[in-house]
Formats: sequence, structure tokens, C-alpha cells
Amino acid sequence: MKDILTTENLTFDYIRRDDEGNVEGITTAVDNVSLDVKEGEFIAILGANGSGKSTLAKHINAILYPTEGTVYVDGKDTSDDKNLWDVRQSAGMVFQNPDNQIIGQIVEEDVGFGPENLGVPTKEIWERVEESLKAVHMYEYRKKSPNRLSGGQKQRVSIAGVLAMHPKCIVLDEPTAMLDPSGRKEVIRAIRALNDVEKITVILITHYMEETIYADRIFVMDKGRIAMEGTPKEVFSKVEKLKRLRLDVPQVTLLAHELKKAGLPLSDGILTTEELICQLS
Amino acid sequence: MSIILDHVRYTYESGTTHRSDALKDISLKIDDGEFIGLIGHTGSGKSTLVQHLNGLLMPTSGSIYFDGKDISDSDYDKKELRRHVGLVFQYPEHQLFESDVFSDVVFGPRNMGLDKKAAELTAYKALESVGIPHDLFYVSPFDLSGGQKRRVAIAGVLAMNPDVLVLDEPTAGLDPAGRDEILSLIKKLHDEKKITVILVSHSMEDVANYVGRIIVMNDGMIFLDDTPKNVFAHYTELEDIGLSAPAVTYIMAALKKKGLNVDTGATTIDEALYSILGALRR
Amino acid sequence: MIRDITLGQYYSTESVIHRLDPRVKLVGTLCYIISLFLIKNPIGYLVAAIFLAMVIWLSRVPVKFMIRGLKAIVLLLLIAGFFNLFFTPGEPLWSWKALTITKEGIVTATTMVLRLMFLIMGSSVMTLTTTPNNLTDGMEKGLGFLKLIKVPVHEIAMMMSIALRFIPILLEETDKIMKAQIARGADFESKNLIKKAKALVPLLVPLFVSAFRRANDLALAMEARCYRGGEGRTKMKPLIYKKRDAAGYLVILLYLVVCIYIGRVIKL
Repeated sequence: MKDILTTENLTFDYIRRDDEGNVEGITTAVDNVSLDVKEGEFIAILGANGSGKSTLAKHINAILYPTEGTVYVDGKDTSDDKNLWDVRQSAGMVFQNPDNQIIGQIVEEDVGFGPENLGVPTKEIWERVEESLKAVHMYEYRKKSPNRLSGGQKQRVSIAGVLAMHPKCIVLDEPTAMLDPSGRKEVIRAIRALNDVEKITVILITHYMEETIYADRIFVMDKGRIAMEGTPKEVFSKVEKLKRLRLDVPQVTLLAHELKKAGLPLSDGILTTEELICQLS
Repeated sequence: MSIILDHVRYTYESGTTHRSDALKDISLKIDDGEFIGLIGHTGSGKSTLVQHLNGLLMPTSGSIYFDGKDISDSDYDKKELRRHVGLVFQYPEHQLFESDVFSDVVFGPRNMGLDKKAAELTAYKALESVGIPHDLFYVSPFDLSGGQKRRVAIAGVLAMNPDVLVLDEPTAGLDPAGRDEILSLIKKLHDEKKITVILVSHSMEDVANYVGRIIVMNDGMIFLDDTPKNVFAHYTELEDIGLSAPAVTYIMAALKKKGLNVDTGATTIDEALYSILGALRR
Repeated sequence: MIRDITLGQYYSTESVIHRLDPRVKLVGTLCYIISLFLIKNPIGYLVAAIFLAMVIWLSRVPVKFMIRGLKAIVLLLLIAGFFNLFFTPGEPLWSWKALTITKEGIVTATTMVLRLMFLIMGSSVMTLTTTPNNLTDGMEKGLGFLKLIKVPVHEIAMMMSIALRFIPILLEETDKIMKAQIARGADFESKNLIKKAKALVPLLVPLFVSAFRRANDLALAMEARCYRGGEGRTKMKPLIYKKRDAAGYLVILLYLVVCIYIGRVIKL
């Protein structure tokens, strides 16, 4: 499988300046990160607040450029100006706050915004808007004002807006952080469908452990570095280590871990209720 | 200092077209020192309800009594009510405005008419109780981390020394450790200062771990009002109204179905652990 | 709820007026406003009222939405009505102390109030039947000739459209911040002007911070979706004149001619 995203020794420094513009200090937000993501993978990135995961995400969309190291999206160096629009087209991005990323006054106009920017012919824009809205099951809301939608619906519109640009990869930066549980479920369902059905590479950044159990691989970030990497099973079997990194494990995993500590013969990294019950009986 | 809601109804009026009952006939009693979880999906009326508790919204019909007095009375002092019932909104850090942390926390007690010295003393105590270190007192609140900002904002309400503290989604957007820190802080306030706490939350796990009573709202009405154990026993009904029980409830129900004699009323990891171990030993 | 304010809000339905090209609606609104200042007699106002009623009926927007737009200017209407009614010199009909109602006063007050009401309702028809995006598209294309003299027409149109989208969001935010500060004992109802200004600080600072944060987020989101100004952009809904637009222009022209005719020829 081809690599869709590669970072080589990616380092990013925020330079803090005082009121006169003198350099006060340097914060290294991303510190020497090397990773690669294959086409069609579902990747989850976990990490506490301030661990550098959002900064990393912004590099994939060429919103930020590495201080040191290189980022390749679909084989193209993001630091190279002539690749800028190709990179942004191949790697779409969905942000946290649903209200602050919808540009259009009407759902369909918002979804059409990306293709318009790309210079797609009018007829094709309509086709793309239709298929994208259908992919996230928001087609019947196409004439509605975004202000009338629930948080989960707004995020699905944002996803459709990215889909309409025909990206190879979608980066979602805590897309569910501001949603209620049912909104969270509908967004995660939409994201999984993109990966399963449309075969789009997904990079999901989140605080909610339950959302990552279907990922192919998880990266855990801490202080700008990759602290852990592996399948959900591998990562969530290290309950204590995750807690030290200000994270958590899904409730089922935690219960299984406690039962194991109490002496029951269970395997590490149990992720679903079915697994636990199967092993208990 | 009990709060009593007697057949409270609230109708949102906007123009002539959209009239909607946000609250329909709510009656409940909140006693001193309770720790209550208020749950319900978006639009169920829970935010409208909490805004009634400190008089930000007044009922369209029905009455609210705080400490035996009707807050709709024309001579009732609403400012005094707001001192007794502190309300921490969702994302409270978005309301910070002063140039330094300390001045922001002093804002509330000063508004309540305390003199400078008394206000500063209570602000100092409030900041200490939420665990903000002294060297951050005179920093701009906008330079703090997300979790710190939230604590400062909570301190801003605590500084008014409320008897009842209402928090709307206090853990939204925080990482798991941040969530635990804020929740244990709230629990500490409840246990040590004997403050009545009403926690509005989406997270069933949080609610199950901390509160003694759960009020479930749906469509402007009280759907369930009971102990966590009894509320989560109705998990199928909860699903019908777009909610769910903690993951543990489902695990226990599934185990019971498999013939293991566990307590299906367990709602926290610890309870589940004991119950499963007990059942297996038998 | 605060999200429901009509000012610049679109009413979603299907109608001939909704489907008209925004340039027609812009020109039509402009002509209608001009006509209000041309007509000088009751028949003229009758024609203006019939025309407006016809357009409202065709637009299928409930009349109450139009009237809601008037609520905002009730005070203005009352003041304009009051001053014109009592302070227009002329043939006195009724008098009490300094207040005198004259025949001329009644006429000017009525025309003034009618003119303002028609003006607001006429523009509401445009905003209620045209999505702000469509409207800004109309302006962008209609005013495209200004690009020749280096006016950034596209950018201005985009700014307007974004501002319109964020008005309801920021209004709601204002409401929320206000409530949060009231919960901390803030007093926004003080009569004292200095106190009142001071009380606004806890409201305005968070509001500005939030507006800047939103603007920043939005700029990022737009860049991430490959926005790079008007250059090389295609349109999802390009403006192309259709037959009904020609008919629209014709109706407007006809209306103007009738107004001018009534203004010039019929004398009462």
C-alpha cells in the first residue's frame, strides 16, 4: 500500500514574543515526530490537552510548516509553495467547533464552497454536493440554514464539505469535543463509513477513548513526541501508562484490567463487552 | 436552604411563530447538601431549568421557592438569590475578562457588595480551593491553559460563597485527567463545604461515579428522578429518549443474561468489580 | 430564541420571487424605494401598496414576517408620526396647549409613516426571499464593473456574507455572556451612565475575544478548504438571467412608469 502521509523528524517551535516583539522563549509543540500512514488506514491520535496533537494535525493540511524535518502528503512536500493547493485538496480538515467552520448560509452552499475554490465546473459541483451530503446522510437537510441544525448534524455537514473536495485523506481535529453523546455517535458513525465505504484515509484526533477502538492504529502523543503506538488492543493494554499520560481507557477495558489484577485469567486490552463476556464465561 | 419548584412552566416566546414550551409542569425539591446529576439530551430543557434556579429566567407559570420564599415576589432580592445559588455556565472560561486572574475572581464578591478587603479574602480562598498556585494570581487569565482557565472561572463563582452550586457541563472539552480533576474538585467542595451541587452532564459515567440522585429530563419534563442505581435500571427507556446508561450497566446486564449471578444495579467500575468477583467465587 | 431574528434572515420556501435573479431583486428594491419618494398622492400610495401586496403574496412569505421587521422601527415611526402630526404648520383642526393638529400635519404624518413602512417591508421582501449568499453574489456580479477601478468587489461580498452568517451566533453569545455575568452579580440595568458603561466591560471583553477566536478559526477553515480569493473560483449557483428575470425587469419598469404617470398627471 502507498503512503498517504509521511513525516520525517517533524519538529515545530512556537516562538513567543513580548510586547516589543523580542523573543521571550521557544515552545517546542511537536518534537521530532516520524510516522507514516498508509492509504485507506484509520488512524487515531490520542493525547492530553497541550500534547501537540492539534499542531501536528495542522501540518498535514499545510496550515503550519515544520521548523525542522519534512512532511509529505501523497508524496508531496508540504513546505514547497507550489504544492500548497494540492496538499490542501488531498488532505481535508474538520475542526472542533461546528459553528466556526461553516461558511455557507445554507447547507448545500457550504458544501459547495470547497469545490468552488478548486474551480470545479458548476454541473460537477452539484454532483459532488449531492454525493457528499448523501454519504453523511444529510441530503434531506440541504436547503436548511446551518443555525437550525444540531451539533452532530453541523459536523456532518463539515465532513461533507471536505468530502466534496475529493480528498484522499481527512484529518479530524477533535470533531466530537463539543457534542452531546448522540451527536458524537452520529459523527463517529459517519467517519467510520467514510473509511469503510469510501476507502478514505482517516486521521481522527480525540479525547474520547471509546471512539478509537475501531482504528487500525493509535498514536499517543505526549509533550510533542509519540509516546505510544500500536493497535487499539496493544495501546489499551497499558492502562497505567495511559493514565500517567493524562489519558484513560474505555470503561470495558478498565473493568477487564481490574478483574485481571484481582486474579482472573483475562487477556490484556479487551475492547468490547462481547470480548469480556466471552472470556468470563 | 432548600429549593422547591412547584408546577413550573416556561414558554419561549419569539415573535408570533415559534412558541415552545421549554419546561412543562416541573415540580421538584432540592434539599440541603444534595449532590444531584441533571441529565438529558440537548434541547431537553435542562439548561432552561438551571437558569430558573438563580432567577435568570422566571417561570411563565408556577412558583419557585428558595428557603421558603417565593422568588417571583416583587420585593424579592434576586441579587441575594444569585449569591446563594452560584451558576457556572458551559465553557465558563469564555466569560473571563479582567487583566489578571485575581481581579476576575474579585468581580463577583464585589458585585455582591462586599468591601474590597472582604472580597479579596474570599477570592483568595476560592482560588486556593480550586488549586490555582499563587504565582498565577496576577497572570492574565488568557495566558493560562484550558484546564486552569476553567478552574479560575469556577473560582469566580465560588468566591461568592454560594450554598448551592450549579455547573453546566463543567468537563466539556477537557482531557480525561482534566475531567477527573474538575470532578474530584467538585466532590471535595461538596464534602468539605457542604455545598449543594447540581451537576449538568452528558456523561453517564461521571454522574454514576459522583452523585447521589439523578434527575433525567426529556421534552421539558422530568422523566426520572431517583438514585443512580434505580435510574440506570431503566436503561432501555433511557435509550428511547436518546440517552444511555454507563457502560458498566450494559456489561452487567449481558453477564446476567449469560447466567452469571451478578448485581445488575452496579453502575461504577468498583461496584461491578466486587459483584463479578463475588459471583464467580460462589 | 434570539436565533429567530428576521433582520437579514432568509425565509426558506419556493416561490417566483425566491427564484428571481438577485440582481432583479436589487434593482427592483432600489426602484421601489425611489418610487416611494416620487409619489405624492393617495392613489400613488394605493398603487405602491398594491404592488407590495402582490409581491408579498407571490413570495409566499407569511405577512407576519414582514411585519416583524417593522417592530424594530416602531419607535422611529412613532417619533416621525408625532412630530409631523403636531408641528406641521397649516390649517388647524384641533389644538391643546402647544400641540396643534393641522390638516397638513395629518397628511405629512401619514405619508411619512406609510413611506417608512413600505420602505422597510419592501427591503424585507428582498432579504427574506434571497439567501445572503445569493444577495452578495448579486452585488458581486452587479457591481463587477467596479473591479476596473480596483474595488475588491469579491472580498467585500465575502465579508458581508460571513458577517451575516455570524450575526445570529454572536447575538446568542452576547445573551449567554450577559447571563453568566448577571449570575456573578453584574448589573446591566443601572440608570447611571458611567456605571452603565463600566458594566459593559465584562460583556464586551469576552465578546471581542470570542469574535476574534471565531474569526481566526473561520480563516483557518477557509484556507483549509483551499480558499484563495475570487481568482479562479467557479460558482455553484452562477447568476444567469432567465426569461422570468426579463419579465421581472418589465414589471418593475411598468410599475415605475405608472408611478411617474400618477405623480405627474393626476393632481388631487
